[in-house]
Amino acid sequence: MSGATGPLSPADRVVDQVLEASASDGCVVIVEELSQAEVRFANNTVTTNGVRRDRSVSVIAFRETEGGTAVGTASASGATDAIDLLRRAEAHAATAQAAEDAAPLITPEQSAPAGDFADPPVMTSLEGLGSVLAGLGDAFKRASAAGTRFAGYAEHQVSTVYLGSSTGVRLRHVEKTGKLETVARADGGARSAWVAVGAEDLATVHVEELRERLDRRLAWGEHRFDLEAGRYEVVLPPDAVADLMAPLGYATSGREAEEGRSVFSAPGGATRVGESLSSQRFSLRSDPFAPGLECTPFLVTGASGQDVSVFDNGLRLERTDWISDGRLARLQYHRAGAERSGVEAAAPADNLILEVPGATSTLEELVEHTERGLLLTCLWYIRDVDPETLLLTGLTRDGVYLVEHGEIVGSVNNFRFNESPVDLLAKTVEAGRTERALSREWNEWLNRTAMPALRVAEFNMSSVSPAT
Amino acid sequence: MSTVELDGEFQALPLEAIRSAVLERARSLGCGHAEARIERIRSQVVSLRDGRLETSADNVELGLGLRVVHEGSFGFAATVELDVDAAAALADQAVSAARASAPAVAERVELADEPPHGEVSWASSYDLDPSKVPLSEKVALLEEWSGRLMASAGVDHVTASVLAVVEDKHYADLSGTVTTQRRVRVHPEVEATAVNNDEGGFETMQSLAPPAGRGWEYLLGKGWDWDDELAQIPDYLAEKLHAPSVAPGSYDLVIDPTNLWLTIHESIGHATELDRAMGYEAAYAGTSFATFDKLGTLAYGSGVMNVTGDRTVEHGLATVAYDDEGVEAQSFDIIREGVLVGYQLDRRIARLMGLGRSNGCAFADSSGHTPIQRMANVSLRPGAGNGPTTEELISSVGDGFYVVGDKSWSIDMQRYNFQFTGQRFFRIEKGRLSGQVKDLAYQSRTTEFWGSMQAVGGESTYRLGGAFNCGKGQPGQVAPVSHGCPSALFRGVNVLNTRAESGR
Repeated sequence: MSGATGPLSPADRVVDQVLEASASDGCVVIVEELSQAEVRFANNTVTTNGVRRDRSVSVIAFRETEGGTAVGTASASGATDAIDLLRRAEAHAATAQAAEDAAPLITPEQSAPAGDFADPPVMTSLEGLGSVLAGLGDAFKRASAAGTRFAGYAEHQVSTVYLGSSTGVRLRHVEKTGKLETVARADGGARSAWVAVGAEDLATVHVEELRERLDRRLAWGEHRFDLEAGRYEVVLPPDAVADLMAPLGYATSGREAEEGRSVFSAPGGATRVGESLSSQRFSLRSDPFAPGLECTPFLVTGASGQDVSVFDNGLRLERTDWISDGRLARLQYHRAGAERSGVEAAAPADNLILEVPGATSTLEELVEHTERGLLLTCLWYIRDVDPETLLLTGLTRDGVYLVEHGEIVGSVNNFRFNESPVDLLAKTVEAGRTERALSREWNEWLNRTAMPALRVAEFNMSSVSPAT
Repeated sequence: MSTVELDGEFQALPLEAIRSAVLERARSLGCGHAEARIERIRSQVVSLRDGRLETSADNVELGLGLRVVHEGSFGFAATVELDVDAAAALADQAVSAARASAPAVAERVELADEPPHGEVSWASSYDLDPSKVPLSEKVALLEEWSGRLMASAGVDHVTASVLAVVEDKHYADLSGTVTTQRRVRVHPEVEATAVNNDEGGFETMQSLAPPAGRGWEYLLGKGWDWDDELAQIPDYLAEKLHAPSVAPGSYDLVIDPTNLWLTIHESIGHATELDRAMGYEAAYAGTSFATFDKLGTLAYGSGVMNVTGDRTVEHGLATVAYDDEGVEAQSFDIIREGVLVGYQLDRRIARLMGLGRSNGCAFADSSGHTPIQRMANVSLRPGAGNGPTTEELISSVGDGFYVVGDKSWSIDMQRYNFQFTGQRFFRIEKGRLSGQVKDLAYQSRTTEFWGSMQAVGGESTYRLGGAFNCGKGQPGQVAPVSHGCPSALFRGVNVLNTRAESGR
């Protein structure tokens, strides 16, 4: 057994040893092995870099008690004594009351295919950054020669999760997550552009390609227009749509909706499930098997929350449509909550997809269809303002362009917006084809997204931001 | 400062053997500078919903991080394997990282000088270590608080939570500084919700108690009057639910320190980080309008505006004795009589910009992350002597609002345009409060807003606010930070109606 110091013992062994030592009525053990490499740059130089290995262990102990099942949890990252964690979890369970989210632990039949439980974790290294590191030196030289400044960040992360339970579940899954974000600034920052990609690995990602796209965008900005605040038709590229859809995904709590304190509440403890949100046939879904966006196909959580329960650990995740055919279709529930409400349990996976079936237009085509409007690049500093309408505020950043008669004619100042993603779906006049997107605001928490570009009427630009 | 009480279990780790192994290997690999941190962070979240336990998460992080300067490049590596062999191997990894990035490093890294401080220990000021308080006791206290609110007419739902962190950090660098520091902080929060069953819609009212660099005693009444706060929430909530929606326009605002701390954090704290101002955060957090060429001349605000940075105030969330580059904690001026006079620094940026010694603002949020320049406790000074009270500030407003408590916040990437809401907004008519309004947000630009600050309250109005979760950097790091400020009076601020903003 691994103690607080010394080399780490194999993750699958840690799971088995804790389960063998468990004296509880039920037990779940989660080991997550994390390996990461990253490089950061700004002002045409590399600023920080690093490689990191981490391990976290969570132990959840269940105890039958008066009126139900009590739970105790304990987690640690680093070289931890897992048996010590088990004892702490059991001690918490010993004094806890029956949990509200209690449900029978998941069995192997209710769970996902096991994976190769005894296999070691997958590691990455600076090589996991592919050609990015090697491409930077040249990119900095070109940028310096052109009088621009190049900044950004590349990261490759591999997470290997092991999950075991006293009901016989043994699961392992490897999730690889990479991204490269780049910004180019010209004229002392007066013109700037942002281009980024998310990918499972960075082998296919090349700095030079992104740099060329940045140059193209900088060139769009050579004519500058100063526009006032107001409601504009906007074209949102897939990345910016992801910026706005992530908060919508987070707002799909069944319990909050039933309690009357969500944008999806209806009077009298009812919800808006079934209500049409848009005349477009939007599907908003999470799907662990979506091609190119695959993620862990079973539920893993070290602690219960509003709609997620430690009792559901190992539950098989499937495609779940939160919005289907433009209507609100499902809300999030853990199994206990779903049973109380007489609905099906629904848990999100680590990805989010928005699609209008059959839509084929590209971003360029949406621009061509715009008589007068603003083409945005990405959104920033997005925060809830009013949960009742899911009103969000935030800023446009690194590229707002004026479109006239279907053509980009120049760049525009930045704006602060106040807008709700629910209203945005209703105000969409045209959706493009769905493609891989990277939210600038949320990609640290939600890297795997696929979104269409959207053309939206009456987008509320509340005030001008002089920021560049 | 309390007597130094370090944790026996942490001290029992082979700290000296590991730091010696990693630093000696770094030295032998030719590193001019190397700093090792062994950190253990215990954190716990306990959250109740309508009086029943919803979330209980108990976590310990333990690991070793090493940053080196090797031939002018930084290299960083971290591990959770705490033994001598892994520590020595970590030095090789950090040097490899420095070598791998060297071809793309155009600016040779050099650090501002800092004298070695020898072996020193420090602990923040607290009475009760929250990690030693049994979970059942924590749940029982939050249950009792929830029960009081749920017993009040008009309260439909209650959430009560506490986040507690105990951070033990052992730092050593090649110059011979060896520090062992312990920081304790807690963030209790209570929120009541009222649902309008007839017309739909809902309102919330949250406790104003700030997170603090204190122990469990904070929840037992030391440093905050919980009985008073819990007693007030239901009435404020009931009034807010039926309050009129605000008429947008230009108004005078008296802003309470429970709201103003966050405006300071966003519009001054981040804007005066010199790494930002120099473009090193351009791809992520952003830059700053307060560029280096304006140091000493930028009119940041009115003449009553004096802002300091410190890492020394008792119970401050950014308070330490030494930062993560071995720099002694200091207090320094950022804005004097409305003019920008200083920035927050780390050793690299202090040297790069020729500013002499670092003022001690380097911080890494765990052993797994490299130190970056992070915020000091950035605070607005109160008026001299007795100064005006909040009531006196209110009495000088003909038509405006008194804004209390923080809620929603957002600011642009150059720290100009911001928008904030709050917990409660009281109408001020002819110098007197006349009930709450709802749906209010104030929106302004940094220098315009601080330029409109006509008066600051006296010391009696001064309070520390703050947050646990200030984000910066890639990979993302969170840092705790406090901001002290008095109540203050602002003339002619743009007030929005958030329902109207949503097109309703």
